[in-house]
Order: sequence, then structure tokens, then C-alpha cells
Amino acid sequence: MIPGSFEYHRPSSLADAVGLLSSLGDDALLVAGGHSLIPMMKFRMAVPEHLVDLQDVKSLKSISLDSGQISLGAMVTQAEIILSDELHVACPILREVSYQIADPQIRNLGTIGGNVANGDPGNDMPAIMQVLDATYILTGPDGEREIAAREFYESAFFTARQDNEILTTIRFAAPAAGHGSSYVKQKRKIGDYATAAAAVIVTMSGDTCASASIGLTNVADTPLWAENAASLLVGSSLDGETIKAAADAAKAITDPADDGRGPKDYRTHIAGIMVQRAIANAVDRAK
Amino acid sequence: MNDQTPISREERIEKLQGLGSSRKRVEDARFTQGAGNYVDDIKLPGMLFGDFVRSPYGHARIKSIKTEAALAVPGVLAVITAEDLKPLNLHYMPTLAGDVQAVLADEKVLFQGQEVAFVVATDRYAAADGVELVEVDYEGLPVINDAFKAMDDNAPLLREDIKDKMEGAHGPRKHHNHIFSWEEGDKKGTEKALADADVVVEELITYQRVHPCPLETCGCVASMDKINGKLTLWGTFQAPHAVRTVASLITNIAEHNIRVISPDIGGGFGNKVGVYPGYICAAVASIVTGKPVKWVEDRIENLSATAFARDYHMTGKIAATKDGKITGLSAHVLADHGAFDACADPTKFPAGFFSIVTGSYDIPVAYCGVDGVYTNKAPGGVAYRCSFRVTEAAYLIERMIDILARKLDMDPAEIRLKNFIKKEQFPYNSALGWEYDSGDYHTAMDKALASVDYNALRAEQEENRAAFDRGETRNLMGIGVAFFTEIVGAGPVKNCDILGLGMFDSCEIRIHPTGSAIARLGTISQGQGHATTFAQIVASEIGIPAEDITLEEGDTDTAPYGLGTYGSRSTPVAGAATAMAGRKIRAKAQMIAAYLLEVHEGDLEWDVDRFQVKGNPEAHKTMKEIAFASYNQAIPGLEPGLEAVSYYDPPNMTYPFGAYIGVVDIDVDTGVVDVRSFYALDDCGTRINPMIIEGQVHGGLTESLAIVMGQDISYDETGNIKGATLMDYFLPTAVETPNWETDFTTTPSPHHPIGAKGVGESPNVGGVPALSNAVHDAFAHKGLTHTQMPHDHWRIWKTAQKLGLTD
Ligand SMILES: Cc1cc2nc3c(=O)[nH]c(=O)nc-3n(C[C@H](O)[C@H](O)[C@H](O)COP(=O)(O)OP(=O)(O)OC[C@H]3O[C@@H](n4cnc5c(N)ncnc54)[C@H](O)[C@@H]3O)c2cc1C
Repeated sequence: MIPGSFEYHRPSSLADAVGLLSSLGDDALLVAGGHSLIPMMKFRMAVPEHLVDLQDVKSLKSISLDSGQISLGAMVTQAEIILSDELHVACPILREVSYQIADPQIRNLGTIGGNVANGDPGNDMPAIMQVLDATYILTGPDGEREIAAREFYESAFFTARQDNEILTTIRFAAPAAGHGSSYVKQKRKIGDYATAAAAVIVTMSGDTCASASIGLTNVADTPLWAENAASLLVGSSLDGETIKAAADAAKAITDPADDGRGPKDYRTHIAGIMVQRAIANAVDRAK
Repeated sequence: MNDQTPISREERIEKLQGLGSSRKRVEDARFTQGAGNYVDDIKLPGMLFGDFVRSPYGHARIKSIKTEAALAVPGVLAVITAEDLKPLNLHYMPTLAGDVQAVLADEKVLFQGQEVAFVVATDRYAAADGVELVEVDYEGLPVINDAFKAMDDNAPLLREDIKDKMEGAHGPRKHHNHIFSWEEGDKKGTEKALADADVVVEELITYQRVHPCPLETCGCVASMDKINGKLTLWGTFQAPHAVRTVASLITNIAEHNIRVISPDIGGGFGNKVGVYPGYICAAVASIVTGKPVKWVEDRIENLSATAFARDYHMTGKIAATKDGKITGLSAHVLADHGAFDACADPTKFPAGFFSIVTGSYDIPVAYCGVDGVYTNKAPGGVAYRCSFRVTEAAYLIERMIDILARKLDMDPAEIRLKNFIKKEQFPYNSALGWEYDSGDYHTAMDKALASVDYNALRAEQEENRAAFDRGETRNLMGIGVAFFTEIVGAGPVKNCDILGLGMFDSCEIRIHPTGSAIARLGTISQGQGHATTFAQIVASEIGIPAEDITLEEGDTDTAPYGLGTYGSRSTPVAGAATAMAGRKIRAKAQMIAAYLLEVHEGDLEWDVDRFQVKGNPEAHKTMKEIAFASYNQAIPGLEPGLEAVSYYDPPNMTYPFGAYIGVVDIDVDTGVVDVRSFYALDDCGTRINPMIIEGQVHGGLTESLAIVMGQDISYDETGNIKGATLMDYFLPTAVETPNWETDFTTTPSPHHPIGAKGVGESPNVGGVPALSNAVHDAFAHKGLTHTQMPHDHWRIWKTAQKLGLTD
């Protein structure tokens, strides 16, 4: 549990950080909160020769809400997300999910950027970004580009980000006023990744579901956007049978690993239960 | 000069903070301020670090070890392998169970994580880099990960080193992977009872392999002073004196030239009883380099290489009449000891005190047998917060009783009340040979049932079950009842020893001239609060306030010899020695007081903190005054000074007991168990410090929750250990821990000087069956007889699925 040796760099601007990444090449890794990366280094599963720390890049720390658009700087911590009342009013699922990530010490350091850029299917934020249809903004030596969160994840720890790019901002439209949302996560204990978890956002028109979006965590090698499952809900009165059908559709796209959290069939089953419970909560909360 | 402060007798008692006082823990000031002094806090000039190259395989032959690349790392000074230890005859070390264990793998590895080479470097980082670069060439061998297959005809030979030694430490071995057979009781009589019974229940009950997982892992600092020839060893040792003797025997360094110091220890729970390769390698490295060498394992190493607990496959059979009176009990255990037999039990008890398996019940005839086998798993088999194999025994009997109750359609509480040993039967001789010193089980159980309003709970459960069947809820309620009897305080030297070292314990008390004192014991606290509680025993015995008494343990150069702290033995054995040493002091004090008061000794009586003349309490001498006189006044016929030492060989074990009742709500769709409430009544005899007892019970119950709901050290078919990190190995946090409600009855031990019995381990012993019974109870009406622990989410869901309760 002792990492290999590395050089430590602490740039104070985005340009310097990008420059360092380019000049140091493959042997350099970004470090944000360090709470995914450092454990990997201690296992020597990651053996970077250079660490480029983003802590001093102040421009990555802002939270902004502007005419229905929410932008989160990559270095905003999970704790800061919890603390922001403004965010909570506009998009309550962010606080709800943050509270279910790790423990307070980890949330004080762990960042939203690190959480979504990491590419670990166990991270909770990426499923939220699926349901919110977020856009990730990356900056590399050739400037900025945008990519949809729904396009970003390729397989476990592989993403569309190039090694020399920095994820700077996560942007999405605040969910419609009156929406209901919920993130339901089953885990073995505090600090554990999900056995299965589901994120749901719905809007209602009277007793009918007007729109729905469903995301899943840790039941495949990437976060999942359960498009078919959500479409079954739209236009329905969200009766038991429809919710069950949506859960089944969500289960159909999962492919969880067999691990200490349980065998595949169990984790698939739990994904369905999480979807049902998250739908029920979201509908309750919708106006 | 009389002490003139006019305080009442009650005030004087209170000032002592003796027996029964919930005195605050004196240890906490340093622990809560981060000022403890643990092994890893020890930093000596020029200190080197050692780190292990460990086997990635469960079973493999070592074809070669190349160390050149590692030695080229700046800072790496040496790489030690078995070949280097052979000339010193240190490549194997004796285990506490009479076997030997490889210090560094000798030609082959037998479990994943086994120590293969020891890299010594100037710092931790260089050592770890060196470990990465040692190249070991392995050739894989077939693995045994299932104890039931260890003695198959074609099972691979694991222990080549002892393949011709078919006479083991505990008698003949019947297979090359067999360690011992051990039996107790009346086999024929038990078979007859089973054959003649109205009903017989039989079940295979496995207590899975778990790990004590103290927050502080194991480690040591070895420092050889080449000038005076003294080896000092600081380490996480639950038995420092025994470590010194064993170290002397295996290294041939004279015992007076070895000093073993246990500094603050961050939890032991049995994990720190054994001797580990790291200690030997650090000592050898220090002897060779002449510099201090530190070795501290990390979490993965702790969970995968230093002593595990349990791994018992127990087949129980109970014979009973149709109205639920038990007529016989048989238990057979297949014990998985891993690659080396490194169990920590009194030497004559290869299965510990498993024969306490008749539990709290008056069972006329019983038999138990245990077979130990080798597998490709880590060695160990320690008493994880329980007296030796007692929690296994308690789990078996308490599950079996529930299974019997279910079969007879009786209530689990009722069947227990029906079979309890009665108060008037104590001292009670069990069918398996123990003499239970005292008990009052009916009173304890009745109090527990009334406290939780058991009948109301059962009525609520009836309603819950009906609602579940109507589809109105997906939760099932379970009520777990367990009643345990512990056997602690090992133990009488006539039958309890570890490698020939008798299991007495000791205390030395020295009173200072101004009336304060220091007491030293042969035990060592790992969080139990000895400095607090043992001072209370001294306070009550000799009338000096607990806060004026320093308590020291763990330094073999200063403390009297003792066998250490595990198996809930400190209070029963060292606590008794403490009281006895106090009484010796009081006896001398009485002579001094008689001289000072110019009366006959027989005319004096002891009162709280003083001797007073019978019938004339105004004429008295306080202990403080006596202390001063003992040093400074020439008293005819008496040596100056006031000190005493006592070595206590207990006449019997003590038998704490308790009634535990837990209530759970199980979400059948997810398998998540919510412990709604848990009530623990403990009877540990005389209560020294109620607050510390409560703390011990809270901690032990939390560990029992961990074991029942998740802890599991398992291996896959190729010998890989699964989940040896705290991500997978379940240590509950405050969030997962329910509210523990504690209660007590008091049945003093008749043979212990202050009537105390020990409590630290009771909650683990009783908590496991209570919680497991609660889970089983939730499904019992749907036909569940037994399912193995841990009762984690997915396993519970699978149980529900098998019972047809899921969709
Ligand atoms: C005990 C424990 C429990 C945990 N439980 C959970 C949990 O339940 N749910 C959960 O979601 N997470 C959990 N985590 C992970 C935690 O939330 C991490 O903080 C988070 O995953 C990563 O954020 P970070 O800022 O710490 O990133 P780091 O660890 O610093 O980095 C993670 C990866 O992302 C890269 N990276 C970081 N920032 C950027 C950026 N701006 N641009 C491009 N690449 C970047 C790094 O190079 C690295 O590869 C847990 C962690 C621990 C230690």
C-alpha cells in the first residue's frame, strides 16, 4: 500500500496545467481530490511518474446558474454541491446523490470532475449526468471541445477524454420546474459503491407522466442511460404494471459483475428494485 | 497524626472510585488527543524498514528467487529469504499449537499472501520499491480451498515438511492433510440417546472464516544493541512475556537479554496473540545490521496473512423428548486451520474450550469431536473476541436449540427455559467435563423477556406475517433469542498452558511513602481500559483512591510475568492477582496500624481506607498514614516498605452468561436487514466499572453484527483470497450500528476473590447467535431451517428466493 515515486506539479492556471500535461506526456496524470487516484496508486494499479494537481486552478471551482443552465467547475467538491442551496433548489438530485457518495471526509476532497472523469462504473455522478443529459467541456492543447455525457463512457476506466485533455466544466439544463427526481442506491455500508443504483427524473402532467429519464450505476462497465425504460413511462399513468415493465427494460440492459456485493442475477434484480423505488420517489416529489 | 478532614464514610467510598464506580477511562485523555504511543509511533535513530514479498498464489513451488534488481534500488540494504534463515535454523518457527510455520517460504508457498522474502531498506518507500522488484519464479500446484476435500484420497500433499511426521502434536494424524482429532464426552451414550429419542434434529452449521481486524494492524520494532547484547522488541503483542520466552527459546538469546514491550495497542481481538514471521524477520535483520528495524503490516496483509478466526464446519445433533426436553447432544467439527496450525489455544486444547457446547442447558449426555485439517489458506484460528472456540460452540448450540424449537413448534424462549441448568444445580458438572461455577439463568432470561415485552413482540410478528401474506408489506420481522454461557479466565495451571507456560497471571503493587501507588500486571490492555479498572480493584482493596494509582503493563523488564490478555482472562486471572496482592498489602498494613495504635492486630477492623479500633472508630490509621510509617518509622519485627506481588493460579474458570434478544426487519426484495432493536443482558459477576462494561458490550455487539451480516474471508478455487480490503471486509460504521440496550444481573463467581467473571467477549459470543437467530426467525414460518452466515444482502435475497418469496 505504498505508491511508487512520482514528481508533483501544482500549476495555478488552466493553461499551465494543459501545458504540463502535453509536455509530460503519457507518464503524467491529473489529480483532483485524489480519492480515486491515490488508492489506485497505493495498489500500484496506477504508477504515474508525474502528478499534475489541479487544486490551485481557481477557475475550475465555480458553480453557476444562468438562465436555466447549470455549470459546475470540475474542481467543485461533493461537499460544496451539498452545501449549495441554490443548486439544491434548481436540481435537488445533486444533493441527494452527493450524500450517498462515500463519507464526509471523502466528500470534502472528492470533486465532481474527478468523479465523472474517472470512468469507474462505481462512481455515482456519471449516472446523474446521464439522466440530466449533461455536456462535458474538455480543454486540450488544441483548445476546447464539448462531448455529451451520454457519449463519454467507453468501458471501465476508458472514456472519450484524450490523455492531454482536462475536463473543465460540466454543463446541463436545470430540470423543468415541478419535476420530481430521486437517486436510490443500495450499498453494503457507508463508503461502499453501489450494489446497484438508479437515478430518475420525471415531469408530470396531471396524472400522466410527461417526460422521464432513467440512469443506472455500477451494473455494467459504464454508467447506463436506460432510454427504453424511460420511454415506457412517458404517457402512462405510472401504474404498477408500467413501472414494473420499465424496471424490466432497465434490467435488460445491465450486465453487472459478480463481486462481493453479490452475484450477477442478484445485482440485476436490485437494479430493477432501485428503478422502481426511484420512480416512486420521483413521482411523489413531482408537482 | 490523624487525617482530620471530616468526611462521611460514603464520601470516603466515593473518593476511592473503587469497585462499582463508573470512573472515566484514564486512557482516553491521550487517545482522544492523538497522543497514544503505538508501535508505528516509535522512531529510533537509524531505524530501517522491512517489507514482505508475498505469494500471489495459493499453492506453488518456488523455482527461483532473484534479488539483484531489488538490491539495486537506492536504499535497499538486504533481501532475506529462507535460504538465509536456514543456517540460523529460523526458517521455521514453532506455533502456539505445537506445529511449525515457515517464517519465509521454504521451497513452496501454501497460501496467498505467504511471506516469501523480507526486503530491508532505509525507509518504507524504498522497501516497497524493492518488494516490487524481487523476481520469484513459481510453478502452480493444485489448491485445496474446501476443508471437506482436504482428506480425500487424492488430495494434494500440502505440508511436505512434515509429510513423514504422522504423529502430530495432539496424537496420530490420519491423512497427510490431517492435523489432529480431539474428542470429549460419551460417544456410545450419546448415540444411544439419539437412537432412543422422540425427536432428533441434525444440521451442518458453518461458522465462516472471519478476521478480528483490529484498527491497528500488527507490527514491531526490533533493536539489537550489539554493545550490551540486548534485544529490545516493541510490538503489538497481547502476551509480551510469552513472546519473550518463546523468542529466547528459538533464538538462543538468554531471556534476560530480551526485553519485550507492548506499547499502546489499537485493538487485538486475538489477532495479536500469535507470533508472526514479521517479528522474526525484523529481529534477524536488526541482529545482522545492528540497527533498529521496523515492520508494520498494511491492511491487506493484516486481513490476508495474520491470524484469522473461526472456519468451523459443525454438525450438530440434538435428541429430545416430544415435549422439548433435551436428552443428548452430539457435535462434530471439521476445523479448517489453513496452511499451518497456528491456533492460539491452551496447548492441551487443540479445539479450545469447544466442549462448552452444551451451553446453558442441562444435557444428560453429550459427545463432541473435532478434526483439524490443512488447506491452502492463511494460518491462525484465534479467539476473535471470545474465549477459545467458545463463540463457535455457542453459535452451534444456540442455532440447534432454535431448530429444535421449530421442529417441535415451540417458542424459542420457552424451550430454553425448559432446559436451563437450574440455579440450585450450581456448581454444575456438564456432560463434557466442565464445572460451571455459578449461574442463575432463569432469572436472567425472565428479566430479558419482560424487558423487551417478548409476548407483545411475538404478537406483532403474527400480524406482520399475516400482512405479508396479504401482500400489504414486503418486510418480514424476526425475533432472535440467544442465551449463552461463556467459559473464560484460562486458566488453572494444572490443565492450562501455552507451550508449557502455565496460564496464571500476576500483579505487583508498590505503595509510595506519601500514599499513592503503582501496580504492574502481567496482562496488557488493547483498549479494555485496564489502567482504569485494575486501579479500581486496588482502590477497593487497599483504600487508596484509584486516581492515585498508576497502572503499568506490557514491559517485560518491569512487569511481573503473566500470560497476557485474550480469552477474557485479564479480570478473572490478573484481576484476582491484583486483589490478592492488595490483600497482602493490607495484611502488613494491619500490623503497622496495630503498632501505631498500640493495640493488638485482632482489635482492628478495616473500614474503606483505614484500620480502626473495633468499637472506637475515632482511633484509626488511614492507608496514607500507614504508608508513610511503613517507610519512615522503625517498626520492630517488620521490614520497611509496603509492597506485594501475587501470582494467581485460578482454581477454576469463570462462567459469565447472558440473555440477548434482537429484533430485525428484513426487506425481502433487497435482502437488507434492519436491526430494529437489540437488548443485551449480561451477568459477569461483580461489576468493576459499569461504564466500561457497557462500552465493552457495545463494541462486542458491533463485532457480532459485523460477523453475522457480512464478515467473510473466503477463497476462490485457485486460492485467491476474496475481498481482503475494508471495501469488502465488513467493518460497520456508526451508520450501520443499531442502538444497543444493555442490562445486567449479578451472580458473583464464588471462587474469584472479588466475584468478577470477565465480560469483554460475552457480546461477541452471544450477539452472533442472537442476530443470526433473528434472521432465521424472520423466515422460519416459511420453512427455513438453517442457512449459513454471513447474512449479507444477496444471501438473504437468495434465501427468500429459494423459499418462493420473491418474484
Ligand atoms: C472509501 C471511498 C469510498 C468511495 N465511495 C464512493 C461512492 O460511493 N461513490 C462515488 O461516486 N465515489 C466514491 N468514491 C470516490 C470519490 O468520490 C472520489 O473522490 C471521486 O471518484 C474522484 O474524485 P477526485 O476529485 O477524488 O478525483 P481523483 O482521485 O483525483 O482523480 C480520479 C481520476 O480522474 C482524473 N481526473 C481528475 N480530475 C480531472 C479533470 N478535471 N479532468 C480530467 N481528468 C481528471 C484523474 O487523473 C484520475 O484518473 C469513494 C472513494 C473512497 C476512497
